[in-house]
Amino acid sequence: MSAHEHISGNGGPLQGGEMQITAVSKSFGIGPLRQQVIENCSFTLERGKLTVLIGPSGCGKTTLINLLAGYEAPDSGTITVDGAPIKGPGKDRLVVFQETALFPWMTTLENVTYGPIVRGEKSKKEVEEEAMHLLRKVGLEDFRDKFPIQLSGGMQRRCELVRALINRPKIMMMDEPFRGLDAMTRELMQEYYVRLFEENHLTNLFITSELEEAIFLADRLVILTNRPASARTVIEIELPRPREFKLLATREYLHYKQQALEILHEEALKAFSSGCGATVADFLEAYSEVESK
Amino acid sequence: MTQKKPVYFMGINLRKLRKSIFSKTTYRGIVAVIATVILWELCARFEVPIIGMIPAPSSVFSSLVEQLQDPAYWECWVVSYDRVLSGFIIAQIIGIPLGLIMGLSRHLRDLSFPTLEILRPIPPLAWVPTAVIFWPTPEMSMIFVTFLGAFFTMVLNILGGVKNIDVRYIRSAQSLGSSGFDIFRRIVLPATLPSLFTGMTVGMGITWAVVVAAEMIASRSGLGFLTWKSYVAGDYPVIVIGMISIGIAGYLSSAVIRLLGDRLTPWRKII
Repeated sequence: MSAHEHISGNGGPLQGGEMQITAVSKSFGIGPLRQQVIENCSFTLERGKLTVLIGPSGCGKTTLINLLAGYEAPDSGTITVDGAPIKGPGKDRLVVFQETALFPWMTTLENVTYGPIVRGEKSKKEVEEEAMHLLRKVGLEDFRDKFPIQLSGGMQRRCELVRALINRPKIMMMDEPFRGLDAMTRELMQEYYVRLFEENHLTNLFITSELEEAIFLADRLVILTNRPASARTVIEIELPRPREFKLLATREYLHYKQQALEILHEEALKAFSSGCGATVADFLEAYSEVESK
Repeated sequence: MTQKKPVYFMGINLRKLRKSIFSKTTYRGIVAVIATVILWELCARFEVPIIGMIPAPSSVFSSLVEQLQDPAYWECWVVSYDRVLSGFIIAQIIGIPLGLIMGLSRHLRDLSFPTLEILRPIPPLAWVPTAVIFWPTPEMSMIFVTFLGAFFTMVLNILGGVKNIDVRYIRSAQSLGSSGFDIFRRIVLPATLPSLFTGMTVGMGITWAVVVAAEMIASRSGLGFLTWKSYVAGDYPVIVIGMISIGIAGYLSSAVIRLLGDRLTPWRKII
């Protein structure tokens, strides 16, 4: 069994796409209330790579993902998937949101089969078979008839991953998906997620504000500037796969971390001199712990 | 210790059912009701000022035995229930679609919301004189007033329910390939159900309050009229019977809605 079949079920291998973000800007409000959230932001999600976006909280990461998913349109700039500009939301770019966005009134199985069934591509029986195949992979087969409220936080995220994967997206977008989980579950989910990626090699975008998580997962680390956000630096993380947690003690890892921290601190100081207090406090809190080690 | 095997009847676990009916909560409730009745009896016997003026449970009880055998008493139940249900159901038929449309269409919300907000604070009972004038029969005017009691609550609850739907649900559904009517049926409707049942529960309470008052003012039948008539006739125990009957009728109506709500939104309450 090849790695591709291993995760994709019985519908052939998954195909990653390449996403190009070019000079994208977005602002909200008018007149004196106008806020530039994203300005002249360009980067690429390379095919089959796991790109991690990192930046301080409140810097516009969620706005960026709303643009990439097509929920909102940029003021200027272009977003293309495999060369074609995106038009609104689509099943080729699926988002796993911060906290759970499973439909509370549907069971695990109904949530997972929602996409294929509303699009009417296959018979209900075929879709349910494929869903069960995927649910077994993530250890949720016994929870197929439970409602989201009956699942633990970690189970909800796994269910959400499967709900996205069954639609064979070209690009998976994860918006701080493990935020709000306890440290132990979070670590398990990171390990689980990285295995899943290493099996299917879809194009993945992962947004986080945790540096350790970012380097552990990433092929490419995109560091965002403070608001208005744009891509400041791209660091290619050339750590070996499969990734293991013991990697976090290696010299290479520490080297990447040092490199990223220097840039992040520079951004923090810039924010400080421009006087947005709350953001700076967040920023320093988030990174001081990492630095002190 | 061995667990007793569950016994099922029509898909219901009978042992569990028995446990929930004969639970400590039930016993405590019964004890509290009996204690209240005893206290009430004592107040009447010892002629405690003000509260002692209420007819004692013993005299109410003997009068109740008479009433239960009188078809006129049951007629009051039927008439009041008829009014409440007619008004309530019409409020659902008009209120639910209106609330949904207002929640979904900004234009219609802008058009109807101000009018609704001006009419809403008018207590349904203030409508009684107008209703009596413009509806051809007194019965219709009673139903209209009861309808008003539930109508505004329904519209506002559903409107609020639709507007508060988490935008991520809509977005997820769009990404997954849903649109238009599909999103309405599979996302908007179920997401609004909990507020719909909240509206129904509150609306049912208001409906009973309105119908009783309206019967006292403008009718010659129903539980409200029974209570009022007994006051006029000086038949004090029947006043108490009328009051308690209204209490029980209201409780039964709310219980049915709660049961229905729990049945239709099983994802909210899971043991």
